Amino acid sequence: MRRFSLFRLGALIRKEFIQMRRDRLTFAMMLGVPVMQLVLFGYAINSDPKHLPTALFSQDHSVFTRTLVKGLENSDYFDIVGEARTAAEAEDMIRTGKVQFVVQIPPGFSRDMQRGQRPQLLLDADATDPAATGNAVAGLQLLATTVFNRDLQGSLAAQRAGTSLVDVVIHRRYNAEGRTELNIVPGLIGVILTMTMIIFTALAMTREIERGTMENLLTMPVRPLEVMMGKILPYIMIGYIQTAVVLAAAYWLFEVPIVGSLWLLSFVLFFFVAANLAVGFTFSTLARNQLQAIQMTIFFFLPSILLSGFMFPFRGMPVWAQWLGEVLPLTHFLRMVRGILLKGNGFAEIVPDMAALLAFLVGVSIVALNRYRQTLD
Amino acid sequence: MNQPHASEPADDAPLVIDVRGLTKSFGGTKVVDDVDMQVAEGEIYGFLGPNGSGKTTTIRLLCGLLTPDAGTGTCLGHDILTESARIKREVGYMTQRFSLYEDLSIRENLHFVASIYGLKRPRKIVQETLEKLNLENRAHQLAGTLSGGWKQRLALAAAIMHGPKLLLLDEPTAGVDPKARREFWDEIHRLADSGLTVLVSTHYMDEAERCHKICYLAYGKLLARGTVHDVIAQSGLATWHVSGTSQRRINRLAHDLAGRGGVDMVAPFGTTLHVSGANDNALDAAVAPWRGEDGLNWRKVEPTLEDVFIHMMQGASDNFG
Ligand SMILES: Nc1ncnc2c1ncn2[C@@H]1O[C@H](COP(=O)(O)OP(=O)(O)OP(=O)(O)O)[C@@H](O)[C@H]1O
Ligand SMILES: [Mg+2]
Repeated sequence: MRRFSLFRLGALIRKEFIQMRRDRLTFAMMLGVPVMQLVLFGYAINSDPKHLPTALFSQDHSVFTRTLVKGLENSDYFDIVGEARTAAEAEDMIRTGKVQFVVQIPPGFSRDMQRGQRPQLLLDADATDPAATGNAVAGLQLLATTVFNRDLQGSLAAQRAGTSLVDVVIHRRYNAEGRTELNIVPGLIGVILTMTMIIFTALAMTREIERGTMENLLTMPVRPLEVMMGKILPYIMIGYIQTAVVLAAAYWLFEVPIVGSLWLLSFVLFFFVAANLAVGFTFSTLARNQLQAIQMTIFFFLPSILLSGFMFPFRGMPVWAQWLGEVLPLTHFLRMVRGILLKGNGFAEIVPDMAALLAFLVGVSIVALNRYRQTLD
Repeated sequence: MNQPHASEPADDAPLVIDVRGLTKSFGGTKVVDDVDMQVAEGEIYGFLGPNGSGKTTTIRLLCGLLTPDAGTGTCLGHDILTESARIKREVGYMTQRFSLYEDLSIRENLHFVASIYGLKRPRKIVQETLEKLNLENRAHQLAGTLSGGWKQRLALAAAIMHGPKLLLLDEPTAGVDPKARREFWDEIHRLADSGLTVLVSTHYMDEAERCHKICYLAYGKLLARGTVHDVIAQSGLATWHVSGTSQRRINRLAHDLAGRGGVDMVAPFGTTLHVSGANDNALDAAVAPWRGEDGLNWRKVEPTLEDVFIHMMQGASDNFG
């Protein structure tokens, strides 16, 4: 007899917006959090670490070696802090974190160079933090093409017009993927949304219980689905605003390219935000007060950050962690948003992740609606 | 004491609330224990009992906010166990604690409630309600900033806006000044005259006396019910009214009488004292030594409702406490 009513849903949504507007602090947080995080992370992205500790492992002592060392130090990226005499010693220095890089000059380096045989110049990089090494690596590559110009004469000088004289081989350690910083900003959208969306719905519901307004709401003829959607839809809009803020900043401040379709991104966004809101709603049916709701949010947020591929490369995680990660909406959202923004992926490419996200959304919504009590018991 | 009520409902009026054996436990304690309740259409039914006796819980059971552990019955002809959705539509419930949105204005709150009940032309109804309440010029004030009395009036307005057939009022006048309380009750009587049934919980004796019928709950058990007169008569309590020339005398008498066999209750009211006992003869024997004292004026009176309730409360705590 009581069917779903758009009229009632409208009343609930309108009420939610009025409350949102009145709660200045929360409203400021909704818009402030993304900006703040972006600036914090943005600083990290922009940071271009210099004077990184570097060890030299030279098996060929020649004028070229000295030129290289001087060149390295002039580049500002590398500080030669030590010299390794054996491969094991070099290995040890990088493993203990004493140095970020080991520059290895193989035997016969100068001989090969003079013969024009493009000898290898090896760079071992501790890439656990790829943002820290990326620029330095690029710096070395540039350096290697120019630094020896002065030392070369005659027929060798002729070679410099063409390809570089040495073959720089980068050996990234501990982080095979070597992600670029561009990965972070799109991922940040997902992280911000996960945190704010879950916390705001969880709080919005438990607030009704704490303030006693739930008793009134329950005596009125509303359906659980109406209450749930009345809580979720207003925040989907907030989610879009947050995304717009981050994307705009990413585009103009950090020059993150936007290759793919923003329409497709909006489409994905809707379901991702809804999934998080459903999680928040479920938490609110479990939590007795707002503090518990916040604790549950953190409980969900941490694995989301750690296992989704935001913090660590997904493929670098153990299999069990990957399975856990596959359940989380953030994992799928990250893949889709990076695919769309950076690689220009279309709908066909995101289907598998979209399906996983939808399955999560439906599953959690069912749990939420079953948990929702129409009584105070 | 018994104000005549112009519109006492006819004896054969249909029952709006008819429940039997209502029971609810929280964590192993029976908070509502085997309660029967019959309320006829158009009746104002007073619901009394000490703090924690289970009044709020009973009201919540009636409107489907809580599920009873045992008991059956109907509310407005709908089964309380299976048809709570129908009951909710036809009931107006004013909660003990203010439960409208404090961060919404008066108008916004009323508009929200009107929309949720699916009222036609909510804007107009809200406007009428505001006019009736004399709240037009405060319509934009946030509900949380209203004084206690105004909050209660707003809550009452919200509860009757959708034209319910049964009003459940949980301590609607707690913390309201006497004049506003009087007006509140005049309004309740007007509503009852128009056919609405009202179940109202209260701690005020004068309000109990303005009800057609009352019932008294203690420790989850229904101890008495009927008209005020019935309840007093049923109690079998005998009471002496003692007035004295000085406060000190009365205080000393109160001290001497307290705890004596046959005296169940000694209650000072300024320079007068109410001395009550369940057994008339035992009470007379107990007070006999002080009857002849100078400066004390002894008079046998009918106990007040308050005497009866306090007496029942003591008895209940002896039995169940
Ligand atoms: N949700 C609950 N969980 C546990 N105990 C509860 C719950 N609700 C009520 N109680 C307990 O049930 C008892 C009766 O409470 P109730 O609110 O019905 O009393 P009341 O008669 O309305 O009291 P008052 O006059 O103070 O409003 C109290 O002891 C209370 O602590
Ligand atoms: Mg109560």
